[in-house]
Amino acid sequence: MWLHDGRVVHSEVTDTGFDPQSIVRGFVSREQHDAVVATGYGRHVARELLGCQVVTEIKAYARGAAHLFPGAAAVLDIGGQDTKVIALGPGGSVADFEMNDKCAAGTGKFLEVMASALGFTLDELADAALLADSGIQVSSMCTVFAESEVTGLVHRGVDRGRIARGLHESVVKRTHGSLKRTGAGMPLVFAGGVANNRAMIELLSTTLQSALLIPDNAQTVGALGAALSHAD
Amino acid sequence: MSDAPVDYRPMWTELGLDLEAHDALLGAVGPMYANAYMAQEGRPEGTGYFDFVMSEIHGLRIKELDDFRKAGNKVVGTFCLYVPEEIVRAHGAQCVGLCAGAEFAYDEVERILPRNTCSLIKSFMGFKLGKVCPYMEESDLVIGEATCDGKKKAYELLGELHNVHVMELPQMKRERDKEFWRAEVRDLISKLEELTGNTMTEETLRSAIKEVNDKRRALQRVWKTRKADPVPISGKDALLATQIAFYDDVPRFTQMVNNLADEVEQRVADGVGVAPKGAKRVLVTGAPMSIPNWKIHDIVETSGGVIVSEEMCTGSRYYDKLVDEDGATMDELIDGIADKYLDINCACFTPNEGRMEDILAMAKDWNVDGILHYSLQFCGPYQIEATQVERVAKDAGIPILKIDTDYSMEDVGQLSTRVEAFLEML
Repeated sequence: MWLHDGRVVHSEVTDTGFDPQSIVRGFVSREQHDAVVATGYGRHVARELLGCQVVTEIKAYARGAAHLFPGAAAVLDIGGQDTKVIALGPGGSVADFEMNDKCAAGTGKFLEVMASALGFTLDELADAALLADSGIQVSSMCTVFAESEVTGLVHRGVDRGRIARGLHESVVKRTHGSLKRTGAGMPLVFAGGVANNRAMIELLSTTLQSALLIPDNAQTVGALGAALSHAD
Repeated sequence: MSDAPVDYRPMWTELGLDLEAHDALLGAVGPMYANAYMAQEGRPEGTGYFDFVMSEIHGLRIKELDDFRKAGNKVVGTFCLYVPEEIVRAHGAQCVGLCAGAEFAYDEVERILPRNTCSLIKSFMGFKLGKVCPYMEESDLVIGEATCDGKKKAYELLGELHNVHVMELPQMKRERDKEFWRAEVRDLISKLEELTGNTMTEETLRSAIKEVNDKRRALQRVWKTRKADPVPISGKDALLATQIAFYDDVPRFTQMVNNLADEVEQRVADGVGVAPKGAKRVLVTGAPMSIPNWKIHDIVETSGGVIVSEEMCTGSRYYDKLVDEDGATMDELIDGIADKYLDINCACFTPNEGRMEDILAMAKDWNVDGILHYSLQFCGPYQIEATQVERVAKDAGIPILKIDTDYSMEDVGQLSTRVEAFLEML
């Protein structure tokens, strides 16, 4: 993402693939810039390559979300590999945060694996969950164990829609626990790839009894925050 | 000393080590040490001794123990702080901490222990089953302690493979528990008399108390210099000193750490540090870290933070309190030892308010910006007590990060992000 005087002039989403160095090199050479800030898992690779400043995605999401929604009290980011909950302090600073440990429980990856176990695409999984009138409880949050649990339910002839709803409910329940532990207030900015999932939005806002603030471009909140943090 | 490398293989073979597996182990630890330690900048010169000790971890030190035993003496292996080193030394024996800091032979281990056992227990069992810990094989007796349920039951299995004596540690610290523990220490004396054929005298006991206290005093000197900003020694090097304290020759180690203390005290006077003034200061508290477990220290200190104190068994709990040297009789000396050891604040005690007090006092005196709570997965006592630690830290307005991990490296990426974000937040 390219910023000029705090305004986004250009942004792109690219997969860094198996050769992040060349992707990064090509990416930054696309537009003129005075400074670069890197965030995300590959931030240190970018720092070695470009000698640039780095910030963690926690700080970047906090800064980006507070910029987009100045009244926000907290940020929830559910991505492919991890889930972050950030309680915001003044000026988009981080008051407290929580991130999942070393497994994919409650992340986008969990929903992806479950969709495939049910023979759904991700969109179909969300739609089926919204259509079902009640969820069937999936007790395991471990992606591996939950997959066998889901397979077992399918074999017992349980309706796929109800399983889909139960899976979303279990992610919401886990997320809710994380929000409570962090002391995250409302309103909440919901970002990351899973913020595109309509079933998650509906179930989560019902549980929290609060409307969620969803950025137009949920995947670039971190890049925006990183770029903004250069001026800090 | 000659320059030609000494061939320790005959000694290792004689000890019954699996040479191939042992080569693989040393081949892994060497680069780990180089990455974590040699890459640091501005280390005090006195840490050169630790580099030497590490380079000879299964070599020269084992040779010394081997010679010591061949001269008719005994070596005792331990896993835990609760085994009184003074009592062992007063019988003419030496105490060594056993290997429990790396994943090894888990496939063998998981045949007898559940997979969801903490890393420390799986590790020591792996070193035994994989035949790669020369300290274990040099130990005429392993003294275990009934601290947590996992260790307690694992010692039964270890007892099928090695000579093991288990001390029963009370779970509370009331008067009757103190009496009970004093009796356990006296049982250990009988056990050691039987093992060594030596009877402890008031003279050997006084001298052992003094020697081990001197070791603690030397470590305390280094610890206190870490109150300074900039900090004169990295947390990693300070941790290593404590780790080595468990198995090195006591008088030599004390001398070397006192030399290091002279140097780091001078650094404080000169305002010299290993990190810039104002670097974020972290207190680490929780479960012990045995060699080569430098994971958390490495992440924090390569992310721009400095660790200024360890409230753990490989930290302040090892050296912050001394045994009373003024007991008038043998009984008073023994009671003094028992009482000092019972006063260690491990999470296996209930309640364990002393640990909370220690953490808060340390956070204040070492001018700490944030606390990192470290627990091993499946270690119930520390994982649960983290809740209380978090509460007292938050009440005192000190930010805290709780980490549950193990000896594997698979979560280093996520941990780095969490630690860096924590440091950014401070």
